[in-house]
Amino acid sequence: MIEFSNYDILRNLLFATQWTILLSLAAFIGGTTVALTLTAMRLTRNPAMQRIVKIYVELFQGTPLLMQMFLCFFGLSMLGYEISAWGAAILSLTFFTSAFLVEIWRGCIDTLPKGQWEASRCLGLSFLQTLRFIILPQAIRVATAPTVGFSVQVIKGTALASVIGFVELTKVGTMLNNATFEPFKIFTLVALIYFMLCYPLSLYSKHLEKKFNVSR
Amino acid sequence: MSLVNLHQVHKYYGDHHVLKGIDLVIKAGEVVSIIGKSGSGKSTLLRCINGLEQYQEGGITVDGKEVTTEDIQVRRLALSVGMIFQNFNLFPHMTVGENVMLAPTIVLKKSKAEAEATARAMLEKVGLAEKFDSYPEKLSGGQQQRVAIARALAMSPKVLLCDEITSALDPELVGEVLKVLEQLAKEGITLVLVTHEMNFARDVGSRVVFMHQGKVWEQGDPKTVLSNPQTDELKQFMGAVL
Repeated sequence: MIEFSNYDILRNLLFATQWTILLSLAAFIGGTTVALTLTAMRLTRNPAMQRIVKIYVELFQGTPLLMQMFLCFFGLSMLGYEISAWGAAILSLTFFTSAFLVEIWRGCIDTLPKGQWEASRCLGLSFLQTLRFIILPQAIRVATAPTVGFSVQVIKGTALASVIGFVELTKVGTMLNNATFEPFKIFTLVALIYFMLCYPLSLYSKHLEKKFNVSR
Repeated sequence: MSLVNLHQVHKYYGDHHVLKGIDLVIKAGEVVSIIGKSGSGKSTLLRCINGLEQYQEGGITVDGKEVTTEDIQVRRLALSVGMIFQNFNLFPHMTVGENVMLAPTIVLKKSKAEAEATARAMLEKVGLAEKFDSYPEKLSGGQQQRVAIARALAMSPKVLLCDEITSALDPELVGEVLKVLEQLAKEGITLVLVTHEMNFARDVGSRVVFMHQGKVWEQGDPKTVLSNPQTDELKQFMGAVL
């Protein structure tokens, strides 16, 4: 049996952390892109579009992320699409992230007074011009803090990818535990690493929130 | 020549019949004050004229073009109809200058220099030339409203709609806004105002329209109508506001 020194354990965990960070980034980028598209669809006054967004949000907010991952990974394979654990993890985390972001952003856009839309309309701005010059610049200011705050949920969500066999922080933690039988030590370290990833983001989000409130 | 023409306009909010057959013709250069109790349909009427609200029956034309709520139509309309709101609706993330320059640059496609020249001239007109680089939140309500006027004027509208534009102001700030309006009236711009400022309606207005229960109840020369109301409803209303 191979002996693992503390150094080995830490080294392996930190190496795996890279994959957690990478997966979080990919999910976050994918999620924001999809959420932007969905937000634009929702803002058009087209009922069919709005309905699609509503169903999308309810579907992905109303089912556990783990089930979405299973369906992406096993379901797609059964349908004949070979998908790697990495691909399935990114796909399902993108669904998950976008479904929440679209709701967060909706709230932010709704806090802007209706008069901003009306004034823009009366000045002859088109829908897209209003979005670009009036609504988005203001909404982004409001939305940054909660969006950064939500990124913490995405990071923690990536832990579920370990279940479909993607080797990231949690998965490596489990593997190390199987080899060393030192669950307390290993999982404390794993938790600490997650905390060190998430805590600065939470702090940053709080800072942004304060900054925004002062400038109002 | 008639600039704004309303013919038998009916408007419903669900079952609620808000406008019950409005006929109104506004000529270029007129200053028309629309008065009446809240809920009489004054603001709705104004919002129908620039396509912010949809009407169900009848017809409205501005400068000979029909008004609908279609996006394209509203945008074309924006070139001839300016609107000023009770709550100013300035864009808080832009400076005063940027607020005024925005529509001329992106809607009228004016060059930045040209738009800036117009913006400075309009701000000068409302007495706020020195506020060009300030943000709206740094201004008083009266100043914000004057910026909103400058912003509307920068699009050189044929008619300016004012929706209770002094109602959200502290009493001591009302005067500065009315003075700007009076100046505009002298310059011959067509104004349609929903207002509670009876003195302004009397002294500056060329016509008063009294609305009651979604209808034009009484209208005419301000001095005559206000000092010698013909209907009980207007008498009652005058009694209530004076």
